[in-house]
Amino acid sequence: MDWGNIFGNAVGELISPTTAAYALAAIGLGIHFGYTGLLNFGQAAFLLIGAYGFAIPTLAGAPLVVAVLCAILCSVIFAFILGIPTLRLRADYLAIVTIAAAEVVRYVVTTTGLTDFTGAANGLSGFKGTFAAINPIPDGTYGFGPFTYSSYDWWVRIVGWVIVILASVLVFLLMRSPWGRVVKGIREDEDAVRSLGKNVYSYKMQSLVLGGVLGSVAGIIFILPRAVQPANYTTGLTFFIWTIMLLGGAATIFGPIIGSMIFWVVLSLTQGILYGAIESGALGFLSTTQAGQVRFILVGVALMLLVIFRPQGIFGNKKELSFSV
Amino acid sequence: MIAGIRTGHGVRLVTMLLAVVSLCLGIVLGSGALSASATETPAPTPTPTSDFTNTLTITGVLRDGDTLVPGAEITVEGGGFSETATTDDAGRWAVVVPEKGEYTVTLDPETLPDGVELRDADKASSTVGADEWLTNTLTRSFPLGADTRQTTGFFEQFLQRLAAGLNFGLLIALAAIGITLIFGTTGLNNFAHGEMVTFGAIVAWIFAVLLGLNIFVAMVIALVLGGVFGYLNDWLLWRPLRRKGVKLVQAMIVSIGLAIALRYFYLMNIGGDTKTMNVGLSDAVVLGPVRITTGSLLSMVISVVVLLLVGLFLTRTRIGKATRAVSDNPSLAAASGIDVDRIIRIVWVIAGALAALAGVMLALYRQVSWDMGFQVLLLMFAAVTLGGLGSAYGALVGSIVVGLFVELSTLFIPPDLKYAAALVVLIVVLLVRPQGILGRKERIG
Repeated sequence: MDWGNIFGNAVGELISPTTAAYALAAIGLGIHFGYTGLLNFGQAAFLLIGAYGFAIPTLAGAPLVVAVLCAILCSVIFAFILGIPTLRLRADYLAIVTIAAAEVVRYVVTTTGLTDFTGAANGLSGFKGTFAAINPIPDGTYGFGPFTYSSYDWWVRIVGWVIVILASVLVFLLMRSPWGRVVKGIREDEDAVRSLGKNVYSYKMQSLVLGGVLGSVAGIIFILPRAVQPANYTTGLTFFIWTIMLLGGAATIFGPIIGSMIFWVVLSLTQGILYGAIESGALGFLSTTQAGQVRFILVGVALMLLVIFRPQGIFGNKKELSFSV
Repeated sequence: MIAGIRTGHGVRLVTMLLAVVSLCLGIVLGSGALSASATETPAPTPTPTSDFTNTLTITGVLRDGDTLVPGAEITVEGGGFSETATTDDAGRWAVVVPEKGEYTVTLDPETLPDGVELRDADKASSTVGADEWLTNTLTRSFPLGADTRQTTGFFEQFLQRLAAGLNFGLLIALAAIGITLIFGTTGLNNFAHGEMVTFGAIVAWIFAVLLGLNIFVAMVIALVLGGVFGYLNDWLLWRPLRRKGVKLVQAMIVSIGLAIALRYFYLMNIGGDTKTMNVGLSDAVVLGPVRITTGSLLSMVISVVVLLLVGLFLTRTRIGKATRAVSDNPSLAAASGIDVDRIIRIVWVIAGALAALAGVMLALYRQVSWDMGFQVLLLMFAAVTLGGLGSAYGALVGSIVVGLFVELSTLFIPPDLKYAAALVVLIVVLLVRPQGILGRKERIG
């Protein structure tokens, strides 16, 4: 077993753009669920809308800023479409409707009738030009040990993590503001907030839009190192983001970031160790494909144990829990 | 819900969770070895679309139904070039052309043998465009004889889709009633219900296909094991969680975790390919304008019978009445002497058995795969929500609406959007009538 390689890969996950994208999506979900108490099970749809909202205009020749704005605008519109019918409903209805809406969006981009726009099941690629063009880092390979990347890879990582940090600061400031107190009040007791004369529906909608926009930006970061594949945006993506958010702590600032890092490092470590054990013959009854699947069984079991025994997550405060239903 | 957090249950819960997983491992690892011997359909060999010579050819095979037509003359003209080819004994003709240009290919109807005619008299010629020459060989065909393809009118298609939709709706109903009973008695939205459906399908596949048992025997085994599976779910996981006083949203996320774990567990053991459920029930029966397989017909009959039995159980038997009482108000039911925990256990067994049965039907309807249950889970939720959460009759009505909508929508929209259509209906109905079709207003909170 090549432990150096296994740990190298795992440590590399700490700053990978995928980790950043999941962290950002979890920060958005944290605004929905952790602070406002909205059971949004459609976060994958916001990532999808961010990805397609960015890739389609870019492929049509739009400049970077326009494409990013388009992705954000699309996610705002989607948040309204999602929120208008559902935000008046009870929490578990909201869960079912958001998950349904996310699947509808995925079916729509996968349908063959829209191949010219979305590439159907093949997805889209070749949209990295405008982002790579503003890369200030000269060509070449930089870094040390497991953190050795090309100039484009560094550019994606730097931009991704700067956005994650900015989003964390934004959430920190927002939740100390009067707006944050109202939103947290909605989580604790909707009726009490309503009796203070606040428009609960409007605050919930603002929260949904804000978290959704962060989700769509996460969608852009997610596709920068890869192609857009509709199969990436199944409900499984939403559940992984939930696991990450709950792992770190739903209503915390650093929770989503640390949660995402732990999630990806542990996935990478288990993969490396399982593959190594299979190669050395210690787990002869498993194939490498099966080993990949074992990891997701572990994710499922971890999610169960986490919610049962430490629902506030690693950093969370048990008083700040929104499992009030 | 039994509230109140007790200490000391933590350790027990972990052991129980481990027990669930290891038990499942024990049950299904046996099947892992079996799946290796499963029959796999060979991948179709791709037909070569281009050759590597520089000869440009327009070719084709002339056939009337299954008989090949020799001796017919086909003329290729264009750009000053003209050549006539005659079909050989294999019905094949070919013309070598000088350049990648535009040509007209004409079949001389006079040269066709007696009794053979063009299907469309005005389609004796077709054109080859210059932009079609992506390969060096192009084919042209001339349909001969009576049309053997099925052309069905809108009304026939409508009836066909109606039958399929009814079938699909009934089997969604079988599984959805379990969801709604569990929700009614415990308040839990069970996201792992789809995996109970898959469980039934996999059990039936193991016994009917791998072990070669009669499908009806396999169906009964799946039904029984499904009930056992439901019982284990409650005994090992949900009952301890109720005792622990775990909140509903928390429990819902636990069920999501369970669903992920089970789903990938199935994938690990049976693999990602689709298993064919070839048990000899795929003969077509013609009922008036509708063609339906015996499997579908059978599954509709069984669904209706089982649904009637469930209805009778809920309305006529003591336990059924107690179930409805618990659904209505658990505290009041407990106060009037009903053993709420026992009722919930029975509900889980029934839900597991019905979900497994639905899984067998679904396997007959559309083969077996590791995520088949999850694919229909949202439709089941849509059905339950449409009908009104917690209402068994609502689940039946909602399921039939969803089933019909899924199938009938394909008349108007591309088939790959049919599930999306059903989910859009769910969202629209919630806009207009949030409590669902048969739901009561106080349930929306």
